[in-house]
Amino acid sequence: MKREYRIKAAALALAVAGTLGVALDALAQSSKEIFVPVLVYRTGPYAPNGVPWANGFVDYLKLVNARDGGVNGVKIAYEECETGYATDRGVECYERLKSKHPVAYSPLSTGITYALTDKVFGDHIVLITAGYGRADSVDGAVFRWNFPMLGTYWDGADILVQHVKAKGSLKGKKIALVYHDSPYGKEPIPVLEELAKREGFELLKLPVTAPGVEQKATWLQIRQQRPDYVFVWGWGVMNSTALKEAIAVSYPRAQIYGVWWSAAEPDVVPAEMAAKGYNGLALGHSAEKTDPIHKDMIKYLYDKGQGTAANKSDIGSVLYNRGMLSAMLTVESIRAAQKKYGNRVVTGDEVRWGAEHLNIDAARIKALGVEGMMQPVHTSCADHGGVHAARIHTWDGSEWSYTSEMYTSETKYLAPMIKASAEKYAAEKKLPIEDCGKAS
Amino acid sequence: MIYRETGQFKTTYASDSQLFPILQDRAFVIGALVFAFVAVPFLASDYLFRAILTPFLILSLAALGLNILVGYCGQVSLGTGGFMAVGAYAAYNFAVRVPQLDLIVIFILAGLCAALVGVVFGIPSLRIKGFYLAVATLAAQFFIDWAFARIQWFTNDTPSGSVSAPPLSVLGHAIQGPVQKYLLVLSIVAVAALVARNLTRGAIGRSWMATRDMDVAAEVIGIRPLHAKLTAFAVSSFFVGMSGALWAFVYLGSWEPLAFDVNRSFQLLFMVIIGGLGSILGSFLGAAFIVILPLVLNQLPTALGIPLSTAMISHIEFMVFGALIVFFLIAEPRGLARLWAIGKEKLRLWPFPH
Repeated sequence: MKREYRIKAAALALAVAGTLGVALDALAQSSKEIFVPVLVYRTGPYAPNGVPWANGFVDYLKLVNARDGGVNGVKIAYEECETGYATDRGVECYERLKSKHPVAYSPLSTGITYALTDKVFGDHIVLITAGYGRADSVDGAVFRWNFPMLGTYWDGADILVQHVKAKGSLKGKKIALVYHDSPYGKEPIPVLEELAKREGFELLKLPVTAPGVEQKATWLQIRQQRPDYVFVWGWGVMNSTALKEAIAVSYPRAQIYGVWWSAAEPDVVPAEMAAKGYNGLALGHSAEKTDPIHKDMIKYLYDKGQGTAANKSDIGSVLYNRGMLSAMLTVESIRAAQKKYGNRVVTGDEVRWGAEHLNIDAARIKALGVEGMMQPVHTSCADHGGVHAARIHTWDGSEWSYTSEMYTSETKYLAPMIKASAEKYAAEKKLPIEDCGKAS
Repeated sequence: MIYRETGQFKTTYASDSQLFPILQDRAFVIGALVFAFVAVPFLASDYLFRAILTPFLILSLAALGLNILVGYCGQVSLGTGGFMAVGAYAAYNFAVRVPQLDLIVIFILAGLCAALVGVVFGIPSLRIKGFYLAVATLAAQFFIDWAFARIQWFTNDTPSGSVSAPPLSVLGHAIQGPVQKYLLVLSIVAVAALVARNLTRGAIGRSWMATRDMDVAAEVIGIRPLHAKLTAFAVSSFFVGMSGALWAFVYLGSWEPLAFDVNRSFQLLFMVIIGGLGSILGSFLGAAFIVILPLVLNQLPTALGIPLSTAMISHIEFMVFGALIVFFLIAEPRGLARLWAIGKEKLRLWPFPH
């Protein structure tokens, strides 16, 4: 009996000590390093897609330290925090790492981005949401701290419609949208509804409850309705499940188009040859494995046993490349900030200026070793996205290959939609709207 | 020796039926409240406020509500996440459509909306009990999830389905910063705990406990089952709805229906079971266990300097957490509150073991 109580007391004491330990300040971070937090998910239903992205992101930061000695001599300190794609855990990770003076967060979740958007205004930390996040955060006058670089979901939806329109007029046709029932999945709906009105096609919205393993009913409906095209806006296990169900109902894969988060190896490899013909958006890059940057990764990290991915063959997969480019955009923003403010540890405000004045042209892309993987990025106060281009890549059973030229989204009708949405947010939150003409 | 009540004589009925009749209890509780209100704002770090204390307090309010339903009235409910969502979205709609209302009024109205919904989904409890009622409330959870995801009016026609709380202000004073939010949440939770404790001590609480223990006998002696069960659902959903509004407005700031899914319901049920059914203190202890312990486990390897990958830390956290739940339930099935009560009993006899 007595030992039982001693064990109980010990357990309680441990819990109390642990709580107090958390109260003390975290490991003192060197003031000579720039801190970049890495919000990842390596567990949970979205891990198959989260892990390669995280590996790419961390590998690039390690490469910058190992190959270049940091950004202009200032090393980058980083720390991973597991969010599991859950908004409350993402918020907790954000708060936990805030004490280390981070300059930019990349949460890899539209849901977490929405929650953090409110907080970064007061905390002065940049949110770089490369290829995800709020589509209306392109408007830098309202969303001063959000940078949806490389392309937003509204761009993606528009480009998909442009591509399928090039195959033949869409009037009278039916397009189904199979989407993840979360802010991420619902993002393209306004643009697709607008385009449905303009182009005359019927939009069929088929939500899939998170995490997306139950899709039999959805694809049976698709078999009944026989849409001409299916757009998949999924993430994690939802993607591979969608393809398997499409194969089960014999829906031609060549008519299925996934957004850039639904067109990566973890989504098609479970189905392999049967997924042949599946198309997806390529956010500027696909599964390039032999660019100079990948050779550098192998030379400076993997040959020395410092790589993050489990094996070398993971380098250069679609999501690995995207994580790498996300980290690259963060580092380039820091570099741009240092160019103006000096080669030292820069603050969140300074990195914000850097991110808003990014000018990655073709020459710089070549110097970075990612030629062919991204389009030139030029951000400004009015356009926090920097570039709004994508093309289509197709899975042939064993690898991805480009099957279209580069499209750019149609700003003519997207711009007023973005502005209206941003202004609605500013009015709801009572935020000041910056005047882009006067911004420095 | 510490807990001896010798010399503490009650001379009035009021002092005899007070909330904490023993002087040491009173001193401890008042001391804890003073510490929480006055000392903690100066001592704790930003991270403690934002990520540990505020979510702990808000979820303990929800656990309090659920404990009234499950612990005091014996009606198993798996729809708590849904009722939190009702409170959150009701508060959002009031804040957006009637912006002149003060924040406290908005929270109370949100609680009332949740209470109404709770009563509606509590009606099956008049016919079914135990696991079957749990399934019926699970249906409530999924229905409410569906309603807030599909019906555009609730989210003010936002295309993404993610809504965002307006800036907080109480009686004209803006609530900014983690300390003010913590104090706001602490005051609401303290008042709610007092109200809950007094409700459970009164006639209504006794009718709940009678229904829980033996509902047929309770009906025989004249306790109306409809009244008892539906008031339990109403009061419980009021607290849960208010905590949902607090969770959305004060902690998350911006949320989607997934924030209140069935996992949240399970989390709250576990808090109540581990903390102790039928105990106000148990709600707080259970909330502390379920909210704070995973964070501690997550940060312990880094704090101790052990280099592990985040995936490994996450997996270890799950395993250790599960093991601790099993351990505590074997050690004391009646929950942490019972452990505390046993501790107090021992203190009354200490240093004499008999």
